[in-house]
Amino acid sequence: MAHRSALIAGDILDYLDSQEHKGLLRFMTCGSVDDGKSTLIGRLLYESKLIFEDQLAAVAADSKKVGTQGGELDLALLVDGLAAEREQGITIDVAYRFFSTEKRKFIVADTPGHEQYTRNMVTAASNSDAAVVLVDARKGVLTQTRRHSYILALLGIRHVILAVNKMDTIGYAEAAFATIVADFRKFADEIGIRDVAAIPLSALKGDNVITASPAMPWYCGPTFLGCLEALAVSESLDAQALRFPIQWVNRPSQDFRGYCGMVASGTLRKGDRLRALPSGRESNVARILGPRGDLERAVAGQSVTVTLTDEIDISRGDVLAAAESPPAIADQFQATVIWMHEEPMLPGRPYLLKIGTRMVTASITSPKYKVNVNTLEHLAAKQLELNEIGVCNLSVDRPIPFDAYADNRDMGGFVLIDRLSNDTLGAGLLHFALRRADNIHWQALDVNKTARARVKGQRSCILWFTGLSGAGKSTIANLIERRLHALGRHTYILDGDNVRHGLNKDLGFTDADRVENIRRVAEVSRLMVDAGLIVIVSFISPFRAERRMARELVGPGEFLEVFVDTPLADAEKRDVKGLYAKARRGELKNFTGIDSPYEPPEHPEMHIDTTQIGPDEAAQAVVAALERAGILAPATDDQWSL
Amino acid sequence: MPLTHLERLEAESIHILREVVAECDRPVMLYSIGKDSAVMLHLALKAFRPAKPPFPLLHVDTTWKFREMIAFRDRRVAELGLDLLVHVNPEGKARGINPITHGSAVHTDAMKTQALKQALELHGFDAAFGGARRDEEKSRAKERIFSFRSAQHRWDPKRQRPELWRVYNTRKHKGESLRVFPLSNWTELDVWQYIHRENIPIVPLYFAKSRPVVKRNGGLILVDDERLPLAPGERPVMKMVRFRTLGCYPLTAAIESTADTLPAIIQEMLLTTTSERQGRVIDHDASASMEKKKQEGYF
Repeated sequence: MAHRSALIAGDILDYLDSQEHKGLLRFMTCGSVDDGKSTLIGRLLYESKLIFEDQLAAVAADSKKVGTQGGELDLALLVDGLAAEREQGITIDVAYRFFSTEKRKFIVADTPGHEQYTRNMVTAASNSDAAVVLVDARKGVLTQTRRHSYILALLGIRHVILAVNKMDTIGYAEAAFATIVADFRKFADEIGIRDVAAIPLSALKGDNVITASPAMPWYCGPTFLGCLEALAVSESLDAQALRFPIQWVNRPSQDFRGYCGMVASGTLRKGDRLRALPSGRESNVARILGPRGDLERAVAGQSVTVTLTDEIDISRGDVLAAAESPPAIADQFQATVIWMHEEPMLPGRPYLLKIGTRMVTASITSPKYKVNVNTLEHLAAKQLELNEIGVCNLSVDRPIPFDAYADNRDMGGFVLIDRLSNDTLGAGLLHFALRRADNIHWQALDVNKTARARVKGQRSCILWFTGLSGAGKSTIANLIERRLHALGRHTYILDGDNVRHGLNKDLGFTDADRVENIRRVAEVSRLMVDAGLIVIVSFISPFRAERRMARELVGPGEFLEVFVDTPLADAEKRDVKGLYAKARRGELKNFTGIDSPYEPPEHPEMHIDTTQIGPDEAAQAVVAALERAGILAPATDDQWSL
Repeated sequence: MPLTHLERLEAESIHILREVVAECDRPVMLYSIGKDSAVMLHLALKAFRPAKPPFPLLHVDTTWKFREMIAFRDRRVAELGLDLLVHVNPEGKARGINPITHGSAVHTDAMKTQALKQALELHGFDAAFGGARRDEEKSRAKERIFSFRSAQHRWDPKRQRPELWRVYNTRKHKGESLRVFPLSNWTELDVWQYIHRENIPIVPLYFAKSRPVVKRNGGLILVDDERLPLAPGERPVMKMVRFRTLGCYPLTAAIESTADTLPAIIQEMLLTTTSERQGRVIDHDASASMEKKKQEGYF
């Protein structure tokens, strides 16, 4: 152990020198609740003399208060960090632990066993080289064990140590151990984990953790720590094609333009021919600036700054790749999505997608299926809930360079971010590009949007009315259309109720269906704007995210959001269609304002307060606003085209 | 030749520093003058070379730091030609808040936690680098590298964003901010090894020297200036001492030591039986005190 080395007391300089060349292993631990993960890590730290006396004194005090060992030293308390966890006696978040031996430094991600915290396991797996799967010798391979192993395989962890813990409770029986190992290997084979090392141990008693256990003479393999020290983590990334995602462009003066980033895979050499993606431009490596001066070459995992022999336009998010084997570029993918948020994943809703150093907007079509991680069965799904894993088609708003996740984590792993709350919602793994986009080309047309709008004496746009049911949206929209029609303008009203009789008659009122409802209407409106019309959309459209999606489908200035603002009490009092009464009686589910939320616009182009003005006055105000915005004059300059 | 553990840690930290600069509007580096800050600053110099780090340093000064720390700070900043902002909580200063009469809890809250929030708001910083490491303390062990803070600077351990691969979510609304910890995965030993390998200048207080100290609550407190009141009959005595961590001098205990070179310090550290935070008074307040302070906005 580091702290026992005779060198420390003897020749410290020799010791420091020997420590210079140590490698690093990042591993994670997973298993069911009460399998003893925290105890095992606590024991590693304790036995390797990495616990200081003051820390031990604190744990001894805690052991008497909340310990599970009858007042004896509870080693799990060394690693159970947050106060809430200590009270509940479970681990609820990933905790990182550090220790080192003569051979290696270790970073351990201790992950929660409790089912609802699967997202933390995924988080830990994403940064681990290897994993320890704990199994309670009395219980054998459980559903949780399978779930966790499946996630390990999915996240690309190829080396697993199966730690069969609590051997002391079954009298150190070899046969029981052999059964568990056989069970696990069968499952591991199915999911593609080939490298499994199985060790019988007792974290509580210390058997086979650091030193070989005299209680299990039948076991001749390495101890747990010995196994961790010897585990060969393939350095295969260096052998792959070069991928260098650009993080930041360093341009302190006219004479220097350097591209900063971490080599994701392959080897970067001075003089190499590189291709920048997605632009496709090529150049040669002039200099590689490393942390200690110029380098001849840089390998995967190194943070460097590169200069090129030619001035080519490259910015953050681009990828420099080996010119002879560049990554593919695509905007439609098949991907596995792991959902990590209480708000479900809704197909069609736009999310931010961050992959490497690039941020794009993405939307997910209906999941093809979700995976029952216990049985690996494929199940039909309309959306993904917290901790669910599904295979989906995904499209992004511009083509991105990528590799399959299985080949390259940095080039194929992404996170999804909510555009309003900024929460991280989920993670995903790109598998392959869908060729669909290549086969359907845009047909270039001679008569464009501007031309179509011009002959109608107008500029085309969407007037998007949003507000509670019964706010008066349809009434005002109708009055506006009459006025515009009288002025000789070409209009069309898309009304929520009417569209649900036809185009959207297959949709209900769940959140997922509401998103799809708006997506279709937004797409239809876009076509109508392209046809040169003034489109009046009158939909409750309760969610900001979808209204924003509609806004982004058309050009700047072509989307005018009109908030028809009526207090819920007023709308309910009016209740023209008798819907509020029904909803209150519980006969109508998911009714906006009652048991489904309405998110008011933050910056609408027009705000109509129906407690202040009547429908006629409102219609007049909107038409006046259109006049001012130049909508009612013939389109002159080029409108944004499809 | 695979990368060594220090090379991997260094590359990860540089990647983190660059990611913040690329995605945040107004980053700042909290510079507390200690060894971790020294390493963090050293990494920042590497990350943006040949340019200077594109952000200022911020020192939240409690006015009770060791004089040698302030001298070292000013010397380093001048040598490197960097921007340094120093912030002192003006109300705290006006009310004369100090660790001696108000105790460590009140002093730390006013002069560190509140002062830090004031400084971040005053300059509109949306991301602040800190030198905290996960091996320091149990609640730190669970904190993300990119730690999201509400507009009130609060940390919510239950609502931390999942952090996968090297893909960091830096999105935030106006007023919200990030605390970013580039040294998250370093240990105390890594920090010392790196200082040794890279020859990074550190405050001389880390090295043993004969200094005037008094014994208080079992710890040795340096009589750094005349503000430390002496009990009747109490006399500073000269002892060979050094510091494992640096904070406010009346709150930071020295250890008796003869380690006056870097290798000797590392040797002593490896052979010691107490953790580095033991010399800090604030951690002993309550078992979960660091977690509580962090929720309130402490770094």
